Amino acid sequence: MSKPIIEIRDLHKVYRVGDLSVEALRGVDLFVERGEFLSIVGPSGSGKSTLFHILGGLTPPSSGSVTIDGVDLSHLTDRGRTQMRKEKVGFVFQRYNLLPTLSAHDNICIARHIAGKPLEHDPAFHDILKLLGIDHRLDHKPRAMSGGEQQRVAIARAIVNHPAILLADEPTGNLDTANSDAVLGVLRDLNQRLGQTILMITHNPEAAAYGHRMVRMRDGAIVG
Amino acid sequence: MINKLVFENLKHRPVRTLLSVCAVAIEVTMILTLVGVSRGVIEESQRRARGVGADIWVRPPGSSLMSFNSVSMPEKLLGFFETQPHVTLATGSANSGAGILESVAGVDFAKFEQLSGPLRFLKGGPITGPNEIIIDERYAQQKKLKPGGVINLWNRDWKVAGIYESGKLSRMMLPLETVQDLSGAAGKLSQIFLKVDDPANTASVVAALKANPQLAGYPIYSVEEWMSLFSVDGVPGLRPFIAVVIALGVIVGFLVVFLSMYTAVLERTREIGILKSLGASPGYILGILLRETAILALTGAVAGIAVTYGTRYIVNTYTGPAFTQIIVPDWWPTTTVIALVGALLGTLYPGLKAVRQDALEAISYE
Repeated sequence: MSKPIIEIRDLHKVYRVGDLSVEALRGVDLFVERGEFLSIVGPSGSGKSTLFHILGGLTPPSSGSVTIDGVDLSHLTDRGRTQMRKEKVGFVFQRYNLLPTLSAHDNICIARHIAGKPLEHDPAFHDILKLLGIDHRLDHKPRAMSGGEQQRVAIARAIVNHPAILLADEPTGNLDTANSDAVLGVLRDLNQRLGQTILMITHNPEAAAYGHRMVRMRDGAIVG
Repeated sequence: MINKLVFENLKHRPVRTLLSVCAVAIEVTMILTLVGVSRGVIEESQRRARGVGADIWVRPPGSSLMSFNSVSMPEKLLGFFETQPHVTLATGSANSGAGILESVAGVDFAKFEQLSGPLRFLKGGPITGPNEIIIDERYAQQKKLKPGGVINLWNRDWKVAGIYESGKLSRMMLPLETVQDLSGAAGKLSQIFLKVDDPANTASVVAALKANPQLAGYPIYSVEEWMSLFSVDGVPGLRPFIAVVIALGVIVGFLVVFLSMYTAVLERTREIGILKSLGASPGYILGILLRETAILALTGAVAGIAVTYGTRYIVNTYTGPAFTQIIVPDWWPTTTVIALVGALLGTLYPGLKAVRQDALEAISYE
């Protein structure tokens, strides 16, 4: 069996809020296989967003170890985490987070540019854009697109550099049922066709069912 | 790609972009107008002094470049100068102040025209009676005067007899005796002009005059030496004044760009967070902000240069004959660099604040 793409051992995260310490993660252990589509569910305050942020290199862990595709995040500097985000991780946020001044095409291209890669898409990526159903909407700016279209552009941007893992934080949180189904279907297709490893955080059990596996979090720990 | 993002950002906030460009343009225009007026006034003074046609200028003891109106040299010196070797003609003027940086020159018209050539009248003609004055073309244009018009100087009305071509000693001229009487300085002169037989002898004549004990204390200049005194450094306090105005311009530009970019960074906190989530380095983000600023500064500089043509028209048309503004292309690069550096410095703090922002906080910013 191949080595897991994500290995998390005894992960702790403590936030300081004034004089108070808030323990957001309390000894999380998690292993994710390459090509797996994992859903993480849990109520608000369960620590799933904190886990997402640590896996994405947006914040460092307080203790424990997190390894993504062979890179140990626990010892990375800010610069190292920036590099890791560029090379290993693609993000999909609940609020799409597209740059409002750029077209869909340029929102995707800027991820290539930041990664120092040629701006032209390879033919395979054109197929992905078709799969996402946005190939005819690339010249439009986010304000001219529906929420579902914006989220599919965000997915395209997240995978354009072929990241080791795709982190999706409530990707259907702002969408209606039809668009939610479309986005979740796309994520499943990406996982099945490209073998893209996906971690998806969600409140929604129906959305979570799209994954191969589901883990539940509560009070900063995995409970099932 | 960055350029596209930068241009789209500038287009996305047109009012902020316009205000920043205007601020830089004002900074550039302030500097170029001030330098243009300083140079214009000096060059115009040089042109008129050169138009006298003298080879040597003699000034009263203790006088400075700006003190044209001291009427203290005995007129009988003219006779002395005319007896000196190589001197073919000696005449002088008595000047009397007539407003800011302007004066009326009293001359012996016959000898003055012998020295500098005949006055070329564009309208009207020479003075033929009392209470008449002649003015140059520029003064006539600015004061909208024609022959027969009236100028009030020293609480007395003067009828314009003629308008002569600009570039001769002064913008207004009266008979020598008239100015001497008005100044209470009968038989006195403000400056003496000498013509020598051959310009090649000018240096030796100046040296001989300076060596003459009877002329001890009199500043004596060849025309080239005299011209060289007309410079920014020749006018007391002008260089520091220019420096102060340039500094004010830079501060204005710096503060506006600083505020503009500070606001832009705050407005774009979330976008900066998005770029960070995509793996953009601090240098990448700072590069975007600095490029935006460079475009604002360069556009502002070009606009500021263009506006200078407008200020030249206003200064030369409405501010009175004492002020002349010229366009100073040699200052364009300097001013552009000043505007650019000021604007980039103004961006540095907000820019560094942006790149130091926590990615997580930035992306969660509402």
